[in-house]
Amino acid sequence: MKRSLIGALCVMAVAGGTFAQAPKKPAPKAPAQVAPVEAAEAKDAATLEFEKFRAEMEESNPAELFEMKGEEQWKTRRGPKNVSLAESCDLGQGVGKVEGAYVRMPRYFADADAVMDAERRIVWCMVEKQGFKFADIAARPFANENFTPDITNLVTYVAGHSRNMKIAVPLDDPKVREAWEIGKEIAAYRAGPYDFSCNTCHGSDNKRIRMQNLPNISTPRGALMGVQGWPGYRMTGGVMLTHQWRMGDCFRQQRFPQPKYASDAVADLLTYMIGNANGQVYKGPGIKR
Amino acid sequence: MADPMKIRAQMKGDVAEIRVLMSHAMETGQRKDAAGKTVPAHFIQSLTVEVGGKKVIDGQTGTSVSRNPVFGFKMKGAKVGDKVVVNWVDNKGDKRSDEAAIA
Repeated sequence: MKRSLIGALCVMAVAGGTFAQAPKKPAPKAPAQVAPVEAAEAKDAATLEFEKFRAEMEESNPAELFEMKGEEQWKTRRGPKNVSLAESCDLGQGVGKVEGAYVRMPRYFADADAVMDAERRIVWCMVEKQGFKFADIAARPFANENFTPDITNLVTYVAGHSRNMKIAVPLDDPKVREAWEIGKEIAAYRAGPYDFSCNTCHGSDNKRIRMQNLPNISTPRGALMGVQGWPGYRMTGGVMLTHQWRMGDCFRQQRFPQPKYASDAVADLLTYMIGNANGQVYKGPGIKR
Repeated sequence: MADPMKIRAQMKGDVAEIRVLMSHAMETGQRKDAAGKTVPAHFIQSLTVEVGGKKVIDGQTGTSVSRNPVFGFKMKGAKVGDKVVVNWVDNKGDKRSDEAAIA
C-alpha cells in the first residue's frame, strides 16, 4: 500500500515537471532527518530555556478555557436555522465527529467542492448549516484583547480532540495534492517592497529572528514546528489565535496584502505546511510567548 | 456572567497538585482604548479554595495578575475523591464558583 503510494507520488512529480525535488512524503525517511536537527538544537542554551518555559506553561494552558467554550458552542443550537454543528457539520470523519478530525485536514470536501482546513470548514458549516452570514464572520475573524470570535473557540475545541494524534493530511487525494502544489508555489512567491517570500525565512535550515528559531517548513520537522501549537494562546495580550490568523500575519510581515479569510490561498498554504508534517504527532492547542 | 473555570486536581504521592484556570479579563486600569479613554480596572480581588470542606486558601489578588490567570498549589492532607471548590469575586462584584474532585 505504502509502496504504491510512493510510486504514484513519483509519477506525479515527473508529470508535474515544476518540482525542484521529489516530494518528501515517504514516512520511513523522516526519523533519519529528525535526529541530526535535534542534536544541533541541544547545544543551543537559549532554545533549551525556551523549551523549559514552554513545558511549564503547557501544563496549564489557558487554551483549555477556549476549548470549553468551543465545546458548548459546537453542541448548542445556534444561528438563524437553529441547528448545532454537532448535528450538522461533517469535518471529514462523519457528521458531528470531532475525534481526530483536525489532524486529517486540510482535505477535499465534495459538498463544498474545495480543499478546506479546519477553520475554513467550520466557517462553511456555520454558513451553510446554521445560516450565519459569511460576511459577518469574516468581518471580525480573529481574536483581539477585548474579543474572541466564536470560530476561534470552535477551532480550538476541534483541535483539542486531535491531541497526541498523528498528522495525516490525505495527500493521495488528487485535489489535496493540487492544493499542496499551489501552496508550495505560494510559499516560494517573492514580491512586495522587501522582495520577500515565505521561503525567505522558512525555506532553509538554521535561520532565526532575534531569539526565535525559524522552522524550515519544507522539511517534516520544520513543518511540524509550524503546525505545532496552533491554535495557540498568546501570552502577550492573552489572546487565542488560530492557524488561519498565523498565515495572515506572515503575509503582513512580508508587507503583502492580507489574504482573504478562509480563502483558497490560505487553505493551499496550510495544505503544503501541514501536509509536510504528515506522520508526526500533533500535541493539541498550544501556548505562545 | 463569568465563564467557567477549569480545575485539575491530582494526587502525586501524598501531595495533591491543584491547578485552576480562570477566565477573566484582569484589566489593570492602566490601559487606554483606541479612543484614548482609560479602560476601567476589572480584576479578581478575592479567591478562596476549599478542599474536602476545609478552607485552605483565602487570598487577595490584584491587577498585577495576568489575563486568564492560572493558580496552582500543592498541599498535603488531601485524598482522592476530596471535593475542591474554588470561588472568586472581582471588583465589580461578579463571581464564579466551580468544583472538581481530586483524582
